[in-house]
Amino acid sequence: MLEEVGRTEQGDMIINMGPQHPSTHGVLHLVITLHGETIKKVEPHLGYIHRSIEKMCESLTYRQFIYVTSRMDYLSSHINNHACALCVEKGLQLEIPPRAQVIRVLMDELTRLASHELWWGAMAMDLGAFTPFFLAFRERETITDIMEDTCGARLTMNYIVPGGVMADLHPDFQKRVKAFIKLFREKADQYNELVTGNVIFQNRMKGVGVLSGEDAISYGCTGPTARGSGIACDIRKLYPYEVYSQLKFEEPLETGCDSFARYLVRIREMYQSISIIEQLIDQIPEGDFQAKTKAVLKLPKGEFYSRVETARGELGVYIVSEGATTPYRIKFRSPGFSNLSALDHMARGGKIGDLVAMMGTLDLVIPDIDR
Amino acid sequence: MTSEDLKSAVTALLPSGVFEEGGEWLTVQVDPKEWKALAAQLRNGAGLDFDYLFCVTCVDWKTHFTMVYHLTSTLHRHTLVVKCKLDRQQPAIETVCDIWRTAEFHEREQYDLFGVQFLNHPDLRRLLLTDDFEGYPLRKDFEDPVNMIKL
Repeated sequence: MLEEVGRTEQGDMIINMGPQHPSTHGVLHLVITLHGETIKKVEPHLGYIHRSIEKMCESLTYRQFIYVTSRMDYLSSHINNHACALCVEKGLQLEIPPRAQVIRVLMDELTRLASHELWWGAMAMDLGAFTPFFLAFRERETITDIMEDTCGARLTMNYIVPGGVMADLHPDFQKRVKAFIKLFREKADQYNELVTGNVIFQNRMKGVGVLSGEDAISYGCTGPTARGSGIACDIRKLYPYEVYSQLKFEEPLETGCDSFARYLVRIREMYQSISIIEQLIDQIPEGDFQAKTKAVLKLPKGEFYSRVETARGELGVYIVSEGATTPYRIKFRSPGFSNLSALDHMARGGKIGDLVAMMGTLDLVIPDIDR
Repeated sequence: MTSEDLKSAVTALLPSGVFEEGGEWLTVQVDPKEWKALAAQLRNGAGLDFDYLFCVTCVDWKTHFTMVYHLTSTLHRHTLVVKCKLDRQQPAIETVCDIWRTAEFHEREQYDLFGVQFLNHPDLRRLLLTDDFEGYPLRKDFEDPVNMIKL
């Protein structure tokens, strides 16, 4: 690594950002080639938190491997679990009870809210505004409290399992979610006004990190990153799972292609999540929260692929089964990995001071990238 | 395009392709030597427009490797899975990162974990593991007595 510190033959400066850096929000190492203040190249070095989850899963049963996947994108752990559960259910051709379906969607959307909240606070902090960080964490705290009641965990939930969900909802769940949503609607507008309308903030975001729609597809970008470039790619709309097809919500699209567009998409997504939760919170059907399944799950020989929309984009789970109790090969197509690959393209020609604004709107979660 | 239309379109491009039954999507096995040419046609062919490569995987079958490419068209919303059988002793296949940019990272990952050589890849280095790491951990015969716990 030493020879990479210094200057290139053309006199360009090479600097290292990370692996310990407050704005990478995790252990990501970027080697940046600079000409003055202009970025010529950004080379991500990954793997500081690589645990080879795919290899681990090969020796874990279909009930056990869910627990490891909570540790990939730890801000969307419900949604990770959901993707794995869907893939196993696809293999078993298992129909899950309506109650479990609605609970899953509610949990997914609460997770998305919490994740976007954290991103919003961290994003504003990266650009020098510290107050939003505290505001965001205060609201997010309420969601984690609600989760804790039902799941017993605050970060790595392991709640959505093949066949349904692990346990029934806490008796206070509906009451607490309704109170939170009512409060959050007001707060979201205030926060929006506080940051989104700020001229300094807008100037730092507009025209920064431009990614055209065509490039977004070519780089495999999904989620808010692609939607900021006008690409409709919401898995909940394209390939609806659970009860999403019966819900009324829109997919926010922006055509700015820059950091500000990606920022706006996430802000608008929060309102959509609120709307989904409002539609469902009084409509939770009675009944079982888990389908009857065998103690040991065996997937038939074959290949199964499932995908869900996490807070960052499309998460794909690809299981190759040989008919055993453990997967023969499992592959996680994580959204962050592909989104990060576009960073070099976005950053070239930009200023070093804007790099944080570009990375912030990619919403990188490093364990999701490294797996 | 429906699965049947897609099947005849792919057959027209590559008569030697063998179709697999039973999967969720149309799956075709092609010779690794023919993959690159087919990929370019799948990307740009009229009515095909497979512009989104969403998953690149390698599977170790102990006797050989299989590279699995999942392709979708964001325009027509059809999906195709392409599989290439690789020799396990010297796994090598042409890169497609000039056709789909996302392949650059995905191929580096598969090189890192399986040791598959992607010919003409602009920057084929280890991605997740350290440069001095020995072996390819996702191969079935990989052993690491220190860091691996067997159940």
